[in-house]
Amino acid sequence: MQNIYLAIPLASLFGAVIAGLFGRQIGRAGAHWVTILGVATSFVLSLLVLKDLLLDGGAVYNAPVYTWMVSDGIRFEVGFLIDNLTALMMVVVTGVSLMVHIYTIGYMHDDPGYQRFFSYISLFTFSMLMLVMANNFMQLFFGWEAVGLVSYLLIGFWYKKESAIYANMKAFLVNRVGDFGFLLGIATILYFTGSLDYYEVFGKTAQLVDGEIEIFSGAAWSAITVACILLFVGAMGKSAQVPLHVWLPDSMEGPTPISALIHAATMVTAGIFMVARMSPLFEYSETALSFVMVIGATTAFFMGLIGIVQNDIKRVIAYSTLSQLGYMTVALGASAYSVAIFHLMTHAFFKALLFLAAGAVIIALHHEQDMRKMGGLKKYLPITYWVSLIGTLALIGFPGSSGFFSKDSIIEAVHLSELPGAGYAYVMVLMGVFVTAFYSFRLLFLVFHGEERMDAHAREHLHEPGAVVWLPLVLLAIPSAIIGWLTIEPLLFGDFFKGVLFTLEQHDVVAEIGEEFTTPLAFMLHGLGGVAVWLAAAGFALAWYIYLRNPEIAEQAKIRFALVYRILDQKYFFDRFNEIVFAGGARLIGSLLWRVADSMLIDGLIVNGSAYLVGRASRVLRVVQTGYLNHYAFAMVAGLILLLGWAMLG
Amino acid sequence: MNAFIPPNLMPALPELVLLGMACLVLVVDLFLPQNKRGFTLLLALAALLATAATLWQVAPVEIMVSFNGSFVIDRLAVILKLGLLLILFLVFVYSRDFLREFGMYRGEYYALGLFAALGMMIMISAYSFLLLYLGLELLALSLYAMIAFRRDSAVASEAAMKYFVLGAMASGILLYGMSLFYGVTGTLDLARLSDVIRIQSVESPVMLSFALTFIVVGIAFKLGAVPFHMWVPDVYHGAPTSVTLFLGTAPKIAGFAMAIRLLVDGAGALQVEWGQMFVALAVASLAIGNIVAIAQTNFKRMLAYSTVSHVGFIMMGLLAGTATGYAAAMFYTLTYALTAAAAFGVLMLLSRDGREASDLADLRGLNDRHPWYAALLAIALFSMAGVPPTVGFYAKLVVVNAVIQVDMLWLAIVAVLFSVIGLFYYLRAVKVMYFDKPEEGQEFHLLDALDNRLLLSANGVSLLLLGLFPSALMAWCLTAFV
Repeated sequence: MQNIYLAIPLASLFGAVIAGLFGRQIGRAGAHWVTILGVATSFVLSLLVLKDLLLDGGAVYNAPVYTWMVSDGIRFEVGFLIDNLTALMMVVVTGVSLMVHIYTIGYMHDDPGYQRFFSYISLFTFSMLMLVMANNFMQLFFGWEAVGLVSYLLIGFWYKKESAIYANMKAFLVNRVGDFGFLLGIATILYFTGSLDYYEVFGKTAQLVDGEIEIFSGAAWSAITVACILLFVGAMGKSAQVPLHVWLPDSMEGPTPISALIHAATMVTAGIFMVARMSPLFEYSETALSFVMVIGATTAFFMGLIGIVQNDIKRVIAYSTLSQLGYMTVALGASAYSVAIFHLMTHAFFKALLFLAAGAVIIALHHEQDMRKMGGLKKYLPITYWVSLIGTLALIGFPGSSGFFSKDSIIEAVHLSELPGAGYAYVMVLMGVFVTAFYSFRLLFLVFHGEERMDAHAREHLHEPGAVVWLPLVLLAIPSAIIGWLTIEPLLFGDFFKGVLFTLEQHDVVAEIGEEFTTPLAFMLHGLGGVAVWLAAAGFALAWYIYLRNPEIAEQAKIRFALVYRILDQKYFFDRFNEIVFAGGARLIGSLLWRVADSMLIDGLIVNGSAYLVGRASRVLRVVQTGYLNHYAFAMVAGLILLLGWAMLG
Repeated sequence: MNAFIPPNLMPALPELVLLGMACLVLVVDLFLPQNKRGFTLLLALAALLATAATLWQVAPVEIMVSFNGSFVIDRLAVILKLGLLLILFLVFVYSRDFLREFGMYRGEYYALGLFAALGMMIMISAYSFLLLYLGLELLALSLYAMIAFRRDSAVASEAAMKYFVLGAMASGILLYGMSLFYGVTGTLDLARLSDVIRIQSVESPVMLSFALTFIVVGIAFKLGAVPFHMWVPDVYHGAPTSVTLFLGTAPKIAGFAMAIRLLVDGAGALQVEWGQMFVALAVASLAIGNIVAIAQTNFKRMLAYSTVSHVGFIMMGLLAGTATGYAAAMFYTLTYALTAAAAFGVLMLLSRDGREASDLADLRGLNDRHPWYAALLAIALFSMAGVPPTVGFYAKLVVVNAVIQVDMLWLAIVAVLFSVIGLFYYLRAVKVMYFDKPEEGQEFHLLDALDNRLLLSANGVSLLLLGLFPSALMAWCLTAFV
């Protein structure tokens, strides 16, 4: 099996390397074939691994494959931990990635950077696989940084576009903040347990629980709380939680397939995955769990609100992603790790679907992203419309759809949680359901229904994109619709995650839900009686009334609630704040240090000054070498006398 | 009246072989027409190989002393001699095309070279003042003649003259020191000397220090340490490059051996005293060598000053006074000789329009025309500068480490600082090769034969390999001192 495990990431890496280094030689078709074959290999092998673990009863694999170095007793290794969680993530990552690869053939058809693009997304798949398959923190960190790097490269893929460069810089910098916390978290764990290996660390959790850190003298903090919160800071950066979320909406500057693959389905869920993986640590710190839950709940509701006022089709979906990531985070905070992973999976499918569908609309309208210039597209793009509808229904949690099962489980889990902050979180996630339904149908109505607002030229060229575009859409629509129904029982209440995710008995809200669970159908019917479904329905109704029945209301509301609109339109002024305080402050410090420290002291005094001194000395000393023999002899005698003097007197 | 006991000739067998072969080369060459000169070279190379083979055969496991205690063969001698013979082999091959091009392709170069080699091997094995002095003079006389090899060149004659006069002076000083030692201790035998010093130092320490100073000056002159370095730039510059190559490599090994024999084997009990003098000489050499090299426009002069600074490093290893320090200095000496061989080897290939390349400007655009040679020269320069992963880095590292181990952190810092300054002129040469454009019509006229090219490439690559895997050679060097 070890060879298969190795082959899974390496197949993607192979494709990336070939397409990246020899892109010119193999041409466009060669680039997409080699990467698609690579990722397809990874996907098939991942399925095999999942099958081996589930059906054939294969054992959990945990072993190093390569020791990079041993320093001071700490082993730095590349190793794999393959259990059900890993296998599930592998299938999701490679599956979505494969769909995106195929879709890209159509979407990037005319782009001059075609080969580069394929190389990047394959490289991303490799990095993400290394991240999820890691059995130690070092490799986790490698994968973490590698996906961040590829994300940076891809946001700025159109590197001649000013806004894209701004966005990728922003993503990079914000992620630095998160990664710094993450690194500190790993360091804390290493400090207290002396190991980087997951299982060894989990085995020594007691040392973390008993450990105390005194950062400010007099205030001792529990080591595990510090470690978990620091790790979660990393997750906040990668999974875009408030206040480190600001990079994700801007990341939509990248090509749409990227938004689907990296900024919706996979990379941004790395934080969720990481916290779930670390569940044996997080469980022992209620403070950290509460922190996680509050941050997640805040993100879930308030980011959804911003989605309402956006006009760019991709940005609406981006804010929706933020909000859904918030839902997953809330689930983690409520100790419902399996539910978080469940929502991660369903979300990966329906969000990738929505993004790719949005991409299809964008291509059909020749890269027009403003929803105010769309409308009535239903009759031109029927396939896109129907798959978008499926995705939207899944997103709002329409009973029976995949999103319904996962989201309802989250709401139920938060409801049952007794941790501090659970009450706040419950209100937030419920209101979030209403908001989600509202902005989702607003998008659907503005784009596919109502009057046609595009110009005549665009309308003439409207037609459904080719099969490479709609086929992945259909393939993603199927799991978006049904996968929740099929997998809720084994994933949440079966023993799929047994021995993988760890929950203390007093936190085990999933088991409480499970006591009443009988069949998916019963769960659905039970959900119909809950408030969430009706909130979603209300959101739908309101969107229908405002955007289809009575469009003037939207404009009037904008004027009536000008202050609220402005706050939402400015995204709670996060960007403005960062721009002025952090960016401005950093620039100020930078320019001060540059002028005073660098230009004056280092360059002026130390570098140029010493160079000047040396050059001067060199010219002077050179004169001593006169070429006259008597001078040379004199120097020797003088040296002899000096040495003699030293020897005699010293 | 004791009966005459013939000495055991076995330990000196390599020297005897070399002597015989050198004489043979001298005689055979007389009867060769000019176009058969290649045979002399072959014979000279055969002499080196035969000597090395003999040495390998007679190399004892334990230390062996002969000629009434004045000749020694031990691990140190074996390793240094092997290194010496290897370097000379390279030197002889590299020189051939250069000598032919500039009308100096005569058997005397090889005969003198072999006699110089004999002198150096005797120095390495000398266990008494007299024998060491003999070896030294044999080496020096051969070198004087070699430097003046191109009789009609004014600079060469001038360089030879200067070297001769100053060398005679240094010889006198050294000899004076030896006589003082003899006066105080009553022995010329280095092994006995150390025993006597241990007792005597209490009675007449001043006299011993006095004598020691003269010995140190003699060694410093041979190595070319400041302020006894004045001959180095002029001689390096004035001598034909093939002789500079000879002069800049092998005698460093002999000089190192001389320092070990005299100061460690002989005056080991006075380590504190000569260590202090070495500190002053090392710092001065590092400073003057590195700083003045910056102002040089002539590549050979620049390398001469660079040699001075490297001598500072070798002395640093010695002055630590520990086995690791000596081993580090030995490693430094051997690898430096190898590095210098590569640098001068490349330089010799590049003659332009019948004029030997010696100015920095002559290297302009080398990379455009001959990237492989540019790379080889760059490796050698990086190694001299001490840039990893070349061997020069490791050599500097072990020396600095040895100094730190004896709590002389400040000296280590000084050494590193001056190395940083030194980096400038090495990198300038690299910059000239890679980024400056050659002048119009300035073409490189390469003197390269296949064997030469292969050997030079192997030499350059060995600098990298030794830098990556230095431990074997280092361990070998350590065995000489434990």
